[in-house]
Amino acid sequence: MHGSPELPLSFTLNGDAVSVEADPAARLLDLLRYDLGMTGTKEGCGEGECGACTVWIDGLPADSCLVPAFQVDGREVRTIESVDPARLGPLLSSGATQCGACTPGVVMTGLWILENPGLLRSHAIRELMAGNLCRCTGYDGIIEGIEAALGTRS
Amino acid sequence: MKVERPRALAAALGLLGDAAAPLVPLAGGTDLLVHWPVRPDARTRGYLDLQRLDELRGIRWSEDALELGALATYWDVITDSRVGAEFPILVEAARQVGAIQIQSRGTWAGNVANGSPAADGVPVLMAFGAVIVLESRQGRREVPLDAYYSGYREGARREAELIVAIRIPRRAHALQRFVKVGPRRAQAIAKVGLAVARSEEGWRVVAASVAPTVRRCRAVERRLEERGLPGSPEELDDALRADVAPIDDLRSTADYRARVLARVLFDATRKGGA
Ligand SMILES: Cc1cc2nc3c(=O)[nH]c(=O)nc-3n(C[C@H](O)[C@H](O)[C@H](O)COP(=O)(O)OP(=O)(O)OC[C@H]3O[C@@H](n4cnc5c(N)ncnc54)[C@H](O)[C@@H]3O)c2cc1C
Ligand code: FES
Ligand code: FES
Repeated sequence: MHGSPELPLSFTLNGDAVSVEADPAARLLDLLRYDLGMTGTKEGCGEGECGACTVWIDGLPADSCLVPAFQVDGREVRTIESVDPARLGPLLSSGATQCGACTPGVVMTGLWILENPGLLRSHAIRELMAGNLCRCTGYDGIIEGIEAALGTRS
Repeated sequence: MKVERPRALAAALGLLGDAAAPLVPLAGGTDLLVHWPVRPDARTRGYLDLQRLDELRGIRWSEDALELGALATYWDVITDSRVGAEFPILVEAARQVGAIQIQSRGTWAGNVANGSPAADGVPVLMAFGAVIVLESRQGRREVPLDAYYSGYREGARREAELIVAIRIPRRAHALQRFVKVGPRRAQAIAKVGLAVARSEEGWRVVAASVAPTVRRCRAVERRLEERGLPGSPEELDDALRADVAPIDDLRSTADYRARVLARVLFDATRKGGA
């Protein structure tokens, strides 16, 4: 299909070691969805604007549509599939999700805040969530959901 | 599509020096990956991935300079408390680049190399008198950022060179300001950008989105040195006209840009000014 030699890469995906051969032109998003069958990560815009494709790379949120797959060689990737549904209750309370297109990305950025609450010493939740666009909820529900989850953290 | 992924700078420079097989350096990918790989030339191009070059990571301090490695990201700067204390507008500008997903990957060197006239990293670096450190197989050279651009997206970097670092002199600043005027607060391209720094070397005023390149405003700087702070935005008009040439485009109009720039510059020089 592509005519380019495949590139070997090994990385950690949700805690498991993965070794694959990837098309050099594949984005991390393509690798996850089409090669690895992990379709939880969504494509919205494909150009870094919407955040629907947000995953963590080495502990930081990144748009997987803007990362060539070969760049995760040797790195740790975390996707929505790693998230225990039990944790979603508080995060998605208060109308944080409607159509759901943005939700996997919203959860990954929200979870990053939950797991790094020290960020809130310098940043407001709204600033940290600015890279996750949502056409449905008007954002207040998302912010309240994250606040609620922060409050119920064990 | 050919991709090279060297693990050492020397190897990377060796690969880049081959004129028969030109390679496009790839850092955070936040400029290059937009529309990837549907850009017509993306599949026929060769890329040089810089992400394995650990030599280019991170932020280094010396007695007289702050050095950003070529792979230093916006997030590296945002989370470095020393940068926040000494160069607060570097952090302010970084926080206004896209959002966390872009800040975590995008590099300062990529912002310089990309050469957009609307860049947010370049104006603050230029206001601090930053120097771009370029290296090829033939050796290193340094180009002051205010002499780096020769035209729209045209920079001093030769095909065989990488930007390996950005060096920012550590001067005592009486004032530093960064202003980005955009359609909304987050994830937006600047309609007008401004960075102002005042040190023992004098005023440095840099404007973005009002010329084919990010532009150091030398006439404004002279005006401020010789005649002190302006009494109104209009007093800056003549100097600004000599420095910048805003245009109409899909994001704004020339007239709006000129008026906003004069106004934000007036405010920036006065707040906390001597
Ligand atoms: C959604 C979105 C929002 C954005 N918002 C902003 C914004 O608010 N403000 C802003 O200024 N920019 C913004 N950008 C643009 C981009 O994020 C920045 O320009 C970033 O700094 C680019 O760095 P990078 O490492 O990702 O570059 P890459 O995409 O890897 O490379 C960019 C260019 O630089 C060259 N290059 C990279 N590193 C080197 C090197 N070491 N030596 C030589 N050449 C090199 C590449 O060949 C390429 O031409 C945005 C982009 C997106 C997708
Ligand atoms: S699909 Fe990646 S940011 Fe929109
Ligand atoms: S719930 Fe529909 S886009 Fe967010």
